[in-house]
Amino acid sequence: MVKRPAANPRRRMLLLKTAIWLIGLGPIVWLTVGFFRGTLGVLPVDTIILVEGRWTLVFLLATLAVTPVRRITGWNRIIQIRRLLGLFAFFHVCVHFLAYAGIDQLFAIGYIIEDVLDRRYITAGFAALVLMVPLAVTSTKGWIRRLGKRWRKLHRLAYLSASLGVLHFYWKVRADTFWPLVAALTLAALFAVRLAYRKRTPKKIVRK
Amino acid sequence: MIIWTRKNSDIPSSEITPESVYINRRKFLGASAGIGAAAFLSRDAAASPLAPRQEEEPNTWEEITSHNNFYEFGLDKKDPSRNAHTLVTKPWTVKVDGLCNKPGDYALEDFIKPSTIEDRVYRFRCVEAWSMVIPWRGFPLADVINRAEPDPGAKYVAFDTLWDPDQMPERRWKPRIGWPYREGLRMDEAMHPLSLMVNGLYGKELPNQNGAPLRLIVPWKYGFKSIKSIVRMTFTADEPPTTWATQSPREYGFYSNVNPNVSHPRWSQSTEKRIDGSKLFGSRRIDTLFLNGYADEVAHLYEGMDLKKYF
Repeated sequence: MVKRPAANPRRRMLLLKTAIWLIGLGPIVWLTVGFFRGTLGVLPVDTIILVEGRWTLVFLLATLAVTPVRRITGWNRIIQIRRLLGLFAFFHVCVHFLAYAGIDQLFAIGYIIEDVLDRRYITAGFAALVLMVPLAVTSTKGWIRRLGKRWRKLHRLAYLSASLGVLHFYWKVRADTFWPLVAALTLAALFAVRLAYRKRTPKKIVRK
Repeated sequence: MIIWTRKNSDIPSSEITPESVYINRRKFLGASAGIGAAAFLSRDAAASPLAPRQEEEPNTWEEITSHNNFYEFGLDKKDPSRNAHTLVTKPWTVKVDGLCNKPGDYALEDFIKPSTIEDRVYRFRCVEAWSMVIPWRGFPLADVINRAEPDPGAKYVAFDTLWDPDQMPERRWKPRIGWPYREGLRMDEAMHPLSLMVNGLYGKELPNQNGAPLRLIVPWKYGFKSIKSIVRMTFTADEPPTTWATQSPREYGFYSNVNPNVSHPRWSQSTEKRIDGSKLFGSRRIDTLFLNGYADEVAHLYEGMDLKKYF
């Protein structure tokens, strides 16, 4: 790709963020319209859970793609969209979980606990969700400042959370593992890029 | 229990029963429901988070024909209703072979003709924990088995679904599952009067997505046992390999009887989502019954068997 001189990098970032907002809210609009038009199928709750689960993974992987893209392209400003992507992943996982716990299981806590403990795909998915909570909470400027260096360490949990999310997807499907494998390969590729660049940068002095 | 049976001996299978018959039935059930309303409300207020088991109205034609698992036509529930129009059901031949005296290739009409067609309303419980109530039209499976005159050594009967990639778009799956789809029953299960060969729905011709022109319905087993679009019936001495039990033996057994006490490894089978268009989200959660509520009729078939082992 030819690198055009960024005539107005601010404007470009604004456009990019607008696009993320539209894509991020798109599934909710689509589900809401579909729900009222009755086009979500005979079991709309299953469609809601499925669609929201998929978008959670899309946003999680997009969040984790920011740094690799930055390293490869040298486009430093892209870091500005990472928080937005991550928060949309958190938003969709919340809808995903609430649709399962509320609409599907009717907040029957006993059944939900049984599911979380006994069904490995739900154990993995629930763990992924729990791990995302501190990341969402500490995504504000204040927390970034307060945590300092520890913030970056903490936010490496995003990789663990995404891995568990992909595992959850893989364990859930009945037979067609094509998309779970695509997600797993994407995650592995993103991790590989990160490791490759990490090797290149000289190790900083480790402070005890 | 058969929820509802109507003998239909005088009417040829081709004649269409008006849907009003079913609508009248719904009205009847609606009226009878009023009688139990008090008991009903008090149960509703009980601690169980589940909807009480109401009287069981058939699901609508729309629900039954737009929410299907028929992987040859796609993996999404809506795919079969979108894609199955490519299935050619006329002419149709059923091959009968294996351990029997009357093997052969039977034209569908000849296969069905000697039997008395009747309408039966059965519960249908999918292994994925959703369920419906469905007014099938068909005839006892025992009829065609008797006509084939199985050998005494025939202990099982297996069935194949048509596999024709030109008519069936879902090819990505071929190497994984090994088409054709195959199912089977032990002979005593197959001979049980509840086991039904189905060629109609709501008194009309069976739609392609529901397994036209001929499918099996075994109402006390998970839905995937009720094989669709049958082209072959084979009598065997040994338990035949069946599609899902082969694909994932840890999760799906040969018997696959509906059993709330035996969880699928990935989800509970103790409750189910009964599809119900009057609910905001299209279903109500109810308790799953042992053998899908047909225990009085079929539990004796499994006497002395450990159903946790033979799931």
